[in-house]
Amino acid sequence: MELLLLPFLEASVRTATPLAFAALGELVTERAGVINLGLEGAIIAGCLGALVGAGVGGPGFGFLGGAAAGTAMAALFALFVITLRTDQIIAGAAITMLGLGLTGTLYRTLYGASGASLSSPTVAPVPLPLLSEIPVVGPALFAQTAPTYALYLLLPLLAWWMHRTHAGLALRATGESADAAVAAGISTTRVRWAAILFGGAMGGLSGATLVLAQVGTFNEGMSAGRGFIAIAIVVLGRWSAWGTAAASLVFGGAFALQYLFQSAGWDVPYPLFLGFPYVLTLSLLALMRGRSAAPEGLAKS
Amino acid sequence: MDALLALWDGAFGSSYAFWSATLVRATPLLFVGLAVAVAFRANVLNIGAEGQLVVGAMLASVVALGGAGAPRLLVVPAMMVAGAAGGAVWAGIAAWLRRRFGVLEVISTILLNFVALALLSWAVRGPLQEPTGVYPQSSPFPPSSHWPFLLTGQRLHLGFALGVGLALLAWFLLARSAAGFRLRLVGAGARAARSAGGVAAERTITRVFLLSGACAGLAGASEVGGVTWALYEGLSPGYGYTAIAVALLARLDPRWVIVSAVFFGALDAGAAAMQRDAGVPSVVGQVIVATVVLLVLASGAARDRLPGGRRVPAGERG
Amino acid sequence: MSAAEALVLRDVRRSFGPTVALDGATCRVRRGTVHALLGENGAGKTTLMNIAFGLVRPDAGDVLVDGAPLHPRSSADAIAAGIGMVHQHFKLVRAFTAAENVALGGHGRFDARAVAERMRRIAGETGLSVDPEARAGDLPVGAQQRLEIVKALAHDARVLILDEPTAVLAPAEGDDLLGWLRRFRDAGGTVVLITHKLREALAVADDLTVLRRGRTVLESARASVDEGAIVRAIAGDDSRDDSRDDSRDEVRHEVRGRAPSTSLAPPAKRSRTAVPTGPAVLALADVGYVDDRGVERLRGATLAVAAGETLGVLGVEGAGQRELLRILAGRLEPTTGTVRRPPRVGFIPEDRLHDALIPELPLHENLALADAGHLRGLIDWGAVVQRTAALIGRFDVRASAPTATADTLSGGNQQKFVVARERAVAVDALVAENPTRGLDLRAAALVRAGISGRDADAEPARAPAVVFYSTDIDEVLAVADRVVVCFSGEVREIPRPADPNDRTPYARAMVGAA
Repeated sequence: MELLLLPFLEASVRTATPLAFAALGELVTERAGVINLGLEGAIIAGCLGALVGAGVGGPGFGFLGGAAAGTAMAALFALFVITLRTDQIIAGAAITMLGLGLTGTLYRTLYGASGASLSSPTVAPVPLPLLSEIPVVGPALFAQTAPTYALYLLLPLLAWWMHRTHAGLALRATGESADAAVAAGISTTRVRWAAILFGGAMGGLSGATLVLAQVGTFNEGMSAGRGFIAIAIVVLGRWSAWGTAAASLVFGGAFALQYLFQSAGWDVPYPLFLGFPYVLTLSLLALMRGRSAAPEGLAKS
Repeated sequence: MDALLALWDGAFGSSYAFWSATLVRATPLLFVGLAVAVAFRANVLNIGAEGQLVVGAMLASVVALGGAGAPRLLVVPAMMVAGAAGGAVWAGIAAWLRRRFGVLEVISTILLNFVALALLSWAVRGPLQEPTGVYPQSSPFPPSSHWPFLLTGQRLHLGFALGVGLALLAWFLLARSAAGFRLRLVGAGARAARSAGGVAAERTITRVFLLSGACAGLAGASEVGGVTWALYEGLSPGYGYTAIAVALLARLDPRWVIVSAVFFGALDAGAAAMQRDAGVPSVVGQVIVATVVLLVLASGAARDRLPGGRRVPAGERG
Repeated sequence: MSAAEALVLRDVRRSFGPTVALDGATCRVRRGTVHALLGENGAGKTTLMNIAFGLVRPDAGDVLVDGAPLHPRSSADAIAAGIGMVHQHFKLVRAFTAAENVALGGHGRFDARAVAERMRRIAGETGLSVDPEARAGDLPVGAQQRLEIVKALAHDARVLILDEPTAVLAPAEGDDLLGWLRRFRDAGGTVVLITHKLREALAVADDLTVLRRGRTVLESARASVDEGAIVRAIAGDDSRDDSRDDSRDEVRHEVRGRAPSTSLAPPAKRSRTAVPTGPAVLALADVGYVDDRGVERLRGATLAVAAGETLGVLGVEGAGQRELLRILAGRLEPTTGTVRRPPRVGFIPEDRLHDALIPELPLHENLALADAGHLRGLIDWGAVVQRTAALIGRFDVRASAPTATADTLSGGNQQKFVVARERAVAVDALVAENPTRGLDLRAAALVRAGISGRDADAEPARAPAVVFYSTDIDEVLAVADRVVVCFSGEVREIPRPADPNDRTPYARAMVGAA
């Protein structure tokens, strides 16, 4: 049994990592009252940015490049929804389209029209001493790559920051009731810009993790809907940092299920695995009954 | 410059380019653009035209492959019905999730796109795969299921005429019929429609979902029946997403969806020719589409038709 | 400028697009006083104070706090200068705890325990106690208002601006608040009280400023003006230009009852002996309503309204009148009991911009909106436009064209249009919920006239049965033949006392006093 379970748990955490980056970023954005449907575009931009960055200066630069590319896409989104006050949903959808098209175009321009696969330096898993020796969960949680460990640090920090600092209060107040925030002297414009940019940087890191810690190369459209899943994860996580992390893990598990089935030798058609996480998301969204815990001012005026 | 010339030639350079490339590529965009325009007018954010198109194509393919011996006069209309039904069912899931569980359709329709693609991937490797079992695609359709061409020597098919007819009908119904009026009311102000007009807004919204999905499903039927004559993965290069651009550029007016679909069809045909002749990757087309959407949004042209509810409220005044 | 003045706004101007909100407004608030800021709706009172609080920037003019000029870029600057503001619609984050609301706007680490401690200290000093752990949205309205004041005090506010603070309170709570404001003043604090209730201003203010159409028209100590002068300043002499009778009556109506010493004429109310006693058009028998959260909102409601009769409804927020009105209007089905009503009942909901009109649609489509639920087939828009033109002519709705969008109309004309539409689609019965809210005196009078069917050209024979709810007791008493009061889900008719202007039995019933 352990032989089956171990690879599954390890793969779950590994697959959950990019999802959690994107979802935690989107959580902050949504707490400021904005849904960024352009997150998918930020992730795919992060993928390409990571490839370019790693090519220049190794994996470290790769993560920087990913974050920068994601931030740039988010800045474009913020320009439209905050400065130009356009519809968030449609602007987000367009930014995602732009991200997918632009990365494809740039990749072929930079690395050849055929899009021949180009491998990038990757970061290897680093088993943490002692912790990784805990039975079952040890290897799954503590024999991962650096981005996963970065999340372990970021998660409690983010949860604490949202509830125990005035900046966190300002963020949540902006999403709940912009009127009240303004009356308390908070610049909601600034809060929203910052929240969207943070979400974009996290989306970029999500893409970078995908390239640098998992796939090792860039493929057109390799974000594969992770941005949209991340948005669903925030709903499932009921707009809390810990809930979002837990929901990410559930999705990591859903994607990793194919490894479990493969190692168990069960014959289920591969395409059905492809659809499963999305069906699971829809079912869970229905069970959670929509937006009852959503910030009151989310995607509303 | 060469690239731009190639783009123009590919779209309008010859009668073949116009009738057989531009308008043929405009046809699915016409259906999905209409689907999105009608939905957005009712403030239903259907981002799922892609998935609805795919499901429509699958059901139409089942009819085409199953109707081998039947006359064309029967098979082609049956494919239309099947395509529309497939799209409507797929959109209906999102409608049900919203009405019953309050799931935002923005999220559900996008997720359903991925489920539809997985279903397609499974179908062409399983139940609908060609008999040799080598390629992930269906057998070629029997001729009785091929949609008739509109002009001799050109590839323009019945689907385009159907789409234009549907767009004009949609415009007329929105402008003049009581049901169209209710649809617009629900989009412009659901609360007032409910409170002051006694409009059953939830029922109207469900119907809009179904109609919009049926429209997108027809795009799938029209593609497999009029263009590909087989079902395979990659059937749609993202028509369902381009649809948002088509609808927005048309300011959600069904009449203008015709013009806007032809514009994007030309862009698509031109981009393909550009890649062939000038070696410019055709993903550029996606960039252009996205840029058009953003420009339309920035110009505020669509603002008077889009409900303002999802705009970020202005920050501090003064 | 003497530093004896805690807050001065001098010659302030501000326009919103083509609308001039403030056109040279001045207000000098002496330290340690209660200063009433009076004026009709739309006179610019709230805008002026929003400028003091940094929410709106002036186009011209000065703001001085303790004699020093202040140029607030946001309310943070005003708060830092010692100004606190309690808005008419509270600026609380409903999902936050009281402590989080109090802390909002600070910097660095948020220490919930320290904030709770501060709130307890303020409670000890001022008697304003709010549970720091309570979710703001769950607090009753009175407690939310206390929380707003505590929030201001926690930021060391020395000048407290309150915008129509008693509008949301039951009469007894309102009196408590006014008492508290006096004590705050006696302890050295400064209060600006924005109000349209003259009685309140006269009772509590040391000084007063009257704004009319964005200009200061009267600045005076309370002691050195009489009511007549204040009323003239508020309404302005130019209000005689059109519909003079209405507006004069309205001004009297605002004053009447609050100051027994003045001898103003009784309200222009048709004689109560002529109450029609026809068959009931609207009737409820033992009606109860339980909302979808399982809370009983209404129980055992029994009443009847005859054609041509106006039933007044009173009740504090959440007492059941909202449900009562919607059941009478056919917008809500009761859980128990029986309702008799005509197939169509006209309804004028409180929130006209969301519930009655679609602002971005043209008037003729807003007219068709009323029938949208049961229209079939095709619509003849030409005929609808003609009907709209006739209707806006008959009810004197000022619009550029029947095809103008509703958002191009002023608030008063929007409401007149709603009244006209509802009278047109439902001739037998009309339910109005706070229909004059946000309107100035003249527009309010026209709307009331439209509702009661006493407009010039309406067919007098077909007067509807009217149910009229307002948060203003005096308004209800002025228009109603009979009055029912909702309290805690129960509906009770309170007979008119011998003095028709005596509001005490109603004020008592609204708070549940026997």
